[in-house]
Amino acid sequence: MEGEAPRLLDLIPKDRDWVGKGVCKVKNGIEEKLELRLGLPGEENEKEEKQSAKSAFSLSFSENVSKRTFLGSVVTNEGKGTERKASGAPPVAHGTRTINSSIANNSSQTITSNAPVVGWPPIRSFRKNLASSSNSKSPLETRDEGPVNGNKADSDKKGCFVKINMDGIPIGRKIDLKAYGDYDELSSAVDQLFRGLLAAQRDPLVNEKSGGENNQEIKGLLDGSGEYTLVYEDEEGDRVLVGDVPWKMFISTAKRLRVLKTSDLSVSSINTVSRKRAATDC
Amino acid sequence: MREEISDMSEDDETGERARWAPDLSKNRSDDSDSGPGPPIGDSPPPFSDQVLENVLENVLEFLTSRRDRNAASAVCRSWYRAEAQTRRELFIGNCYAVAPHRAVERFQSIKSVVLKGKPRFADFNLVPFGWGAQFEPWVKSFGAAYQHLERICLKRMSVTDKDLTIIAESFPLFKDLTLICCEGFSTLGLAVIAERCRHLRVLDLIEDYLEDEDDEVVDWISRFPETTTSLESLVFDCVTCPFNFDALERLVARSPSLQRLRVNHHVALEQLRRLMARAPQLTHLGTGTFRSEVGFGEVDPNLDLVSAFGASRSLVCLSGFREIEPEFLPAIYPVCANLTSLNFSFANLTAEELNPVIRQCHNLQTFWVLDSVGDEGLRAVAESCRDLRELRVFPLDPTEDSDSSVSDIGLQFISEGCRKLRSILYFCQRMTNAAVVAMSKNCPDLVVFRLCIMGRHLPDRITGEPMDAGFRAIVMNCKKLTRLSVSGLLTDKAFEYIGCYGKLIRTLSVAFAGDSDGGLRYVLEGCTRLQKLEIRDSPFGDASLISGLPFYYNMRFLWMSSCNLSMRGCKEVARNKPNLVVEVIRDVVEEEEEEIEAVEKLYLYRSLAGARTDVPAFVKIL
Repeated sequence: MEGEAPRLLDLIPKDRDWVGKGVCKVKNGIEEKLELRLGLPGEENEKEEKQSAKSAFSLSFSENVSKRTFLGSVVTNEGKGTERKASGAPPVAHGTRTINSSIANNSSQTITSNAPVVGWPPIRSFRKNLASSSNSKSPLETRDEGPVNGNKADSDKKGCFVKINMDGIPIGRKIDLKAYGDYDELSSAVDQLFRGLLAAQRDPLVNEKSGGENNQEIKGLLDGSGEYTLVYEDEEGDRVLVGDVPWKMFISTAKRLRVLKTSDLSVSSINTVSRKRAATDC
Repeated sequence: MREEISDMSEDDETGERARWAPDLSKNRSDDSDSGPGPPIGDSPPPFSDQVLENVLENVLEFLTSRRDRNAASAVCRSWYRAEAQTRRELFIGNCYAVAPHRAVERFQSIKSVVLKGKPRFADFNLVPFGWGAQFEPWVKSFGAAYQHLERICLKRMSVTDKDLTIIAESFPLFKDLTLICCEGFSTLGLAVIAERCRHLRVLDLIEDYLEDEDDEVVDWISRFPETTTSLESLVFDCVTCPFNFDALERLVARSPSLQRLRVNHHVALEQLRRLMARAPQLTHLGTGTFRSEVGFGEVDPNLDLVSAFGASRSLVCLSGFREIEPEFLPAIYPVCANLTSLNFSFANLTAEELNPVIRQCHNLQTFWVLDSVGDEGLRAVAESCRDLRELRVFPLDPTEDSDSSVSDIGLQFISEGCRKLRSILYFCQRMTNAAVVAMSKNCPDLVVFRLCIMGRHLPDRITGEPMDAGFRAIVMNCKKLTRLSVSGLLTDKAFEYIGCYGKLIRTLSVAFAGDSDGGLRYVLEGCTRLQKLEIRDSPFGDASLISGLPFYYNMRFLWMSSCNLSMRGCKEVARNKPNLVVEVIRDVVEEEEEEIEAVEKLYLYRSLAGARTDVPAFVKIL
């Protein structure tokens, strides 16, 4: 998912304060100063290490410290002092901070949020990832693609059916990703699948492209040039543009497909993309 | 539904257990269920006493409560012996509280073992991997001593395939294996159990993490013997590997006693229908994936599904419902009125989708659900399920700043409708003191109150005040309360109330709460029945830790992580209390040998066994 962040982010208005992996490292001066930090002011690079979600000790202290003073001194693991005061930002749980790199590593796009704390909220791993339609199995377990004979339930072996919905069309479909060899084949399959339905939905009087009275081809799904764009939801529930990862990787991580209106893309993805869970929260 | 789990966590029976300092020289510990009896190995009693002892043994056979048994064993030498010989169930709440050989020496005719390992916060990744709680030393001791062992129930233990093999080889009468939140084993071990435990009645795998490589998955379902089995319960929804469905169908067909079946997500609706047809006598059913395996509009299994549920007259408990397609929900209508337990906690349902189902579930006593149903969904629950005893509301999106659609409003509805509520677990983003107070007054029977306001340090959303008042009302008004989890913005006052009124509390969970050492002190001094105390990210320091010294022998354990503790304080505790094991756990083992003064994680527990010998590098025992 390396290359997607810039693409999708290009479509998101900057004033929404979205931060993705690529943007994470870029800060302007003001934002930097207002950032809640764990180290002493000026210790820029230590923040990256400390803010790894594993280090709940220091993270939670930066939260607590901003609210009430502790008696006694506290020394962190690495022997460096914990910052006693948050630098400027109001100490509410909903305060925003920029994403740290360890979280951003797993996401193509992330929302500005609190740095996650290990084990909070206290939910066992197998209860996570329910927001997406993917299986809610624990991330500790490997993918269940073992070959077992004679069993129709081996969906991973026999076929990879995922739901696909299109904007404006109430009925979804299912397609088998393993039936296609590459993105182009997928794109034309999607076109075939929805062309008829789309034409039926549309007001026949509105005709942007020529195509006769019958079905209009749905084009440009992959490169943002068409009226619609193909998007998928991965195991973690994020919406990602189709086309940037190797095909094989795409098949194994895509849980659901959506055909969205290109013009709606920025708005809809802001409203519906699910939040990132911490890498170590598994 | 999860009666087993509920029982496991609220494992201490109601019973008088006044505060006392145990005489540990005689090796008394609640966990190992030893009584303060004399050392074994004295001379046999004279004849008339022998008769009395025989009579006593016959009587003690009927005594099942381990509290009563502990008391009986303390009467005198012969009672101690008689009790030891007649005890059939061994309960060990902390596997490190006593050494296996000791338990086995004292109790020689055990048929059932319940053993718990890691502290509960291990479920939330606070205990590093490899910490301990290996089942191996136990299974080896049991294997040598207990030929008649029939049941093993483990919680948060590390169990290997080899251990499972030892079980299969050592206990010819073995009937019941229940593994809850365990890890370390794989389908290989399950295959051995299936194949060799010919009298197996119960195989319940609940929330375990299996080790499985893709290419080493074993089809353990196929390994059950081909003859009629005595299986009564088969629960494996946490075993996520694929398996041979036909083998499962045949297994179900030749298991006439099967009452409880919970399958994993590889079973979709078409297959579920087939299973149900084979086992119409089921009382507890865990569906797999509640959707159609084939594409839309190709096959409509709906009709058959409806008749399948219609034919299952005995169903009282439903769970599963993963990746639910709500259009198939009406299939369960025929059984709703009979349900006493319903688990929708993996079903992303809206209030509209829940409504028609829940309206029919008049007899529901246990209900687990996702917060996707919102306050409106909870209103429907409150109006329909007047007999509800246990409610759990889980977050669909378990992050701090997610949009949870349940709040104080939903809690208020529930409190008004479900007056008999005994146990509640409620995740939310916003809460008010008023709603919590209302619940304390409307539901006086509450035994378990666990509120998790997911945003840390959040105050009352309307008044902006700390949540002290709400929890005060809970401990004051709910006089049967034994388990409490607190959250939200809490000052030391909250703990003062808990210490003052929470006299029956046995388990207390604290996170991101309190102001100072005083808070913890109130709890330690006030909660006389406290057994299990787990605290994280709260500003309690050495002074408060030391204030608890008189009480730690009365508790099973204390866990404190990301608090204000230092080595100095922990060492003082260790020095002062020789029968406490004081473990300091670090996340990262630094290369330097120098000791770090701050203590990240402290886990202390009373023990007869002394410092354990299987400590990993990141654990230091003081």
